[in-house]
Amino acid sequence: MDVGVIFPILNTTIAFATPLLLACIAGLYSERSGVFDIGLEGKMLVGAMCAGAVAFYTGSAWLGALAAIAGSLVFALIHGVTSITFRGNQLIAGVALNFLASGMTVLVAQYLFGQGGRTPPLEGAARFNPITLPFADALKEVPVIGAFYHDVISGQRILVYAAFAIVALTWWVLYRTRFGLRLRAVGENPAAVDTAGVSVKGLRFSAVMITGVLCGLAGAYMATALQAGFGKEMTAGRGYIALAALIFAKWRPIQAMYACLLFGFFQALALRPDVVESVVQFKVPVPFLDALPYILTVLVLAGFVGKAIPPRAGGEPYVKER
Amino acid sequence: MSFMKTLAGATCAFALFAGAASAEPAIIFDLGGKFDKSFNEAAFNGATRWAEETGGTFKELEMQDEAQREQALRRLAEAGANPVVMTGFAFGDTLAKVAPDFPDTKFAIIDVDWLDFPNVTQIAFSEHEGSYLVGMMAAMASKTGTVGFIGGMDIPLIRRFGCGYAQGVMAANPDAVVVLNMTGTTPAAWNDPVKGAELAKGQKAQGADVIFAAAGGTGVGVLQAAADEGILSIGVDSNQNYMHPGSVLTSMLKRVDNAVYEAFKAGADLQPGVTRMGLANDGVGYAMDENNAALVTPEMIAAVDAAAAKIKSGELVVHDYMSDDTCPAATF
Repeated sequence: MDVGVIFPILNTTIAFATPLLLACIAGLYSERSGVFDIGLEGKMLVGAMCAGAVAFYTGSAWLGALAAIAGSLVFALIHGVTSITFRGNQLIAGVALNFLASGMTVLVAQYLFGQGGRTPPLEGAARFNPITLPFADALKEVPVIGAFYHDVISGQRILVYAAFAIVALTWWVLYRTRFGLRLRAVGENPAAVDTAGVSVKGLRFSAVMITGVLCGLAGAYMATALQAGFGKEMTAGRGYIALAALIFAKWRPIQAMYACLLFGFFQALALRPDVVESVVQFKVPVPFLDALPYILTVLVLAGFVGKAIPPRAGGEPYVKER
Repeated sequence: MSFMKTLAGATCAFALFAGAASAEPAIIFDLGGKFDKSFNEAAFNGATRWAEETGGTFKELEMQDEAQREQALRRLAEAGANPVVMTGFAFGDTLAKVAPDFPDTKFAIIDVDWLDFPNVTQIAFSEHEGSYLVGMMAAMASKTGTVGFIGGMDIPLIRRFGCGYAQGVMAANPDAVVVLNMTGTTPAAWNDPVKGAELAKGQKAQGADVIFAAAGGTGVGVLQAAADEGILSIGVDSNQNYMHPGSVLTSMLKRVDNAVYEAFKAGADLQPGVTRMGLANDGVGYAMDENNAALVTPEMIAAVDAAAAKIKSGELVVHDYMSDDTCPAATF
């Protein structure tokens, strides 16, 4: 087992963890504010489709990302109106949005391009291409650390670095700003926030909108960085894995990053059964590796790895007067 | 409720009427989707060619999930479509249930050869022969001596591709290493380009510089990743050379289009039995066009054509994985 084998796996780990991380942090804002969002998957899918289509037409990955955010925001708005304004069931609204996204993205892509619900392959500036960080080539020869910097940290796409920056930013917002304090409070005890004269609806709407922006970025990453175009159901359940990671991390940003990296690592491992076999000395079925994130989440929920307590007011629409 | 009954009655009446009025052929595409640029798209092209040549029309249906299979098949047969063509082994069991109920309808199924009904035509391809040829080309084009294979769903049929490919690789370079991966174990594995691309990158990390994708829509991701990473890929079923000119070494052709075309042309007179399409009757082969002309050397073509001639004459027998579920050149 040498580092030459482990570094490509770690590189893939980061590439795979990024969409999970963006979606997970997206879910964190929404759920911390007391709005459960099972529709992360759908919003990512819409984002991916918008990014793929707009990046193809304009040839710019950045415009694609903006379109992804816009598309995802529309879905976030629907979720917000349904579950905050009209006090609908948040889970059902989320599931409905997922179904809508699953069908609509294919329909629109088929209408626009007629390629079976796929967007045409993207090239050049229409994709976020890998960035070589400064000194990466110079440090390449330094054993372990330099090679790690060159092979794993450098050579990722800009959205990857953005995602990790967003984790730090989220920690700061959540624990060091007034907005963050209120956001956490509104998810625990909206009545107290209301009594203090702060708008519960306003806070929850802003949280849901932030969720929309981040899900859009996750979708854009899928369509214009990880892949070269949108494909039917291309998010492949990543929105649900992100939710699992959120629970695993007990709704905390830094831990969410670790959870997503862990889940990304499992996904990367599932692609290299030969490495797994050489380490554990027996053949591990690939479906088992694919299922590991879910198994871990079940263990967490069953209380084996400490207790995961969701925000207390989560899932309940706030009623001002009775 | 009564409205629903009326509606159902009207639908039935309409279906019967439609059946009496015409006997259009029908085609059902499997889960990869009609535009997978590969297997199903080849079938669609065959159907389209028939429609253009005869001026006829055909019914078509794309499967969306596993549960629809039997309903879809019955509905088309009830609607009077004749013959009904299915693409893919997954329809085998469904057809075994449905075929006896519609003795007057002719069915044609691709990639199946184990059924026995008087109204069923089965078309099976000798994919191992075509894969053998592209395997030889892969080994000759590889600089690292390591080549890759990415299958779609892990089923014996796809192992037949992989096994033929590995034999071809070994024939051209006995020291070569073949890295084998399957995308998954469910039909979703036919349409997961994200995973296909990451598998391709993983194989490159293991030294592979030519990768053969036999994975339906998943192959789109494999070919894309190969182009991104600057290595070669091999397409499957349809000619995929045009997708990334200069990066797709060749494509293993499986003339599903011809099979569908012939079935549609025969119409209601379709003869039952098993047709085997191999190198000898141009059922499989490799694709050459202007997009890959610069990648393929005359030596490769000479070697591959010599092997093809030997296979046709029976002098060289490529082992068929599905004959005994083992492969002499690779382990799955």
